[in-house]
Amino acid sequence: MRAGRRRIGDAALALGTGLCALLVLAILAVILGDVAIHGTPHLTLGFLTQAPRDGMTAGGIFPAIFGTVALVVLMSLAVLPAGVATAIYLSEYANPSGRLTRLVRVAVNNLAGVPSIVFGLFGLGFFVQFVGVGIDKVLYGGDRVYGQPALVWAALTMAVLTLPVVIVATEEALAAVPREHRLASAALGATRFETVLRVVLPQAMPGILTGTILAISRGAGEVAPILFVGAAYFLPKLPTSPHDQFMHLGYHVYVLSTQSPDVDATRPILYATVLVLLMLTFALNFTAVLVRSRMRRRHAGVAA
Amino acid sequence: MDAAASATPTPISLSVRDLSVFYGPKRALGPVSMDIAEKHVTALIGPSGCGKSTFLRSLNRMNELILGCRVEGEVTLSGQPIYGPGVDAVAVRRRVGMVFQKSNPFPKSIFDNVAYGLRIGGLRDRSEVAGRVERALGHAALWDEVKERLNESALGLSGGQQQRLCIARALAVEPEVLLMDEPASALDPIATAHIEELIHELAHDYTVVIVTHNMQQAARVSDHTAFFYMGDLVEFDRTNVIFTRPAQPRTEDYITGRFG
Repeated sequence: MRAGRRRIGDAALALGTGLCALLVLAILAVILGDVAIHGTPHLTLGFLTQAPRDGMTAGGIFPAIFGTVALVVLMSLAVLPAGVATAIYLSEYANPSGRLTRLVRVAVNNLAGVPSIVFGLFGLGFFVQFVGVGIDKVLYGGDRVYGQPALVWAALTMAVLTLPVVIVATEEALAAVPREHRLASAALGATRFETVLRVVLPQAMPGILTGTILAISRGAGEVAPILFVGAAYFLPKLPTSPHDQFMHLGYHVYVLSTQSPDVDATRPILYATVLVLLMLTFALNFTAVLVRSRMRRRHAGVAA
Repeated sequence: MDAAASATPTPISLSVRDLSVFYGPKRALGPVSMDIAEKHVTALIGPSGCGKSTFLRSLNRMNELILGCRVEGEVTLSGQPIYGPGVDAVAVRRRVGMVFQKSNPFPKSIFDNVAYGLRIGGLRDRSEVAGRVERALGHAALWDEVKERLNESALGLSGGQQQRLCIARALAVEPEVLLMDEPASALDPIATAHIEELIHELAHDYTVVIVTHNMQQAARVSDHTAFFYMGDLVEFDRTNVIFTRPAQPRTEDYITGRFG
């Protein structure tokens, strides 16, 4: 009798947890399915290569794709060196129980918890109003060049947003390198810097790349941080310099879904735009998985 | 230790005077004084925690990589102090090489492992690097086994081969002294025999200091043996003296297996 009741409880629990797991799958399937079904028909070469026309009820999204890619590239250029350098300091140089180290760690953790819209405001206040306007005063005699929302400020704001993720991922990758390798290198007369450069970083690189790509892919879809610092509602031309504004896929989705003069005409464009945005982030995630599995295979092959 | 003088009739490579090592406020070793004979094998024995590895690491300043470690006293290598203002620990480690308990080749090719120290040292000439890699591998009795596969990963070698690779890597930078921290403790008997034979050979050209837990090994490979206990150097003498008629009862207790 009791055993029977326990079996029923067990089965119920298995069913309940299983259903929850299925729910996750279902949510993803509905999102993807809906977007794919409605977006694919409109996903033509013209759509990918043309600019929006007729108040965004026709034409393509090329400027938004270009802007997103440019943003991601610039952001990566900014966040990789800064994040990796910080992680190297924390993991290789700093006294692990020192006050500065603990302070930096607390800062990193808190930075990760700041809402993305706050980063947007920070970017506007710091990069645009302070740094940008400062540059204009010093270099351009007060003319407005950098003191306005621009690609470079959006990239830097996004870099600040993704910085904690890159730092944590890099630190984990560095910690996975055996201490014996650092000792062996030191015993051969290598300085700490030589050891980091020639022994630690090469081994940690796949892990660093995986974490960084994931951080970037998350950043690529964020809209809130770039609202105030560079994303444009509509631009007739592509950005040609870092101080130009740019169009962005995520922001374009927002614009299409809230500002359209003709909702029915915009709907297929909106779906296709979302599909492109999803494909971009999935492509990045897939790259990360690929890098990781290649790294695993190399390690496995070597151990055998 | 007055035993020091009598144990070394040959030229002295490393001279240690009143060396103490502290981890935080705690004294882990010393004060110890001893002279290590040039181109001989000196074995350091003693129970776990006796300070022998700490002593070994203070001979090439590897101790400094441990947080909170402090060294007092004096060590000279061929008459030159290795501690003190103006002496670069990195330079010391190029003259005093080290092989660790667990073989730790880099996940690089066999060639790149051995060439590592040379390249760090700024040697760029390819044929010179290749020549010294071959010589080091020859010295470590590994050349014949790996000459066909220098570009393969070092991690594909057997445990014993990996350890000999680590020895070759240390020899490539042509140090004066080679420190070995239980170099055979993770190896099977055949690989161990290889390493011991190699240590014998190395003593023709290098001063070797080896930490070992294995008393027979100390007896087999070394010319001099130092017995450490609880952070002190209890006895230091020629190996046959230590193992046949030690002066200290504690040494005798240890080598006969009564404790430790």
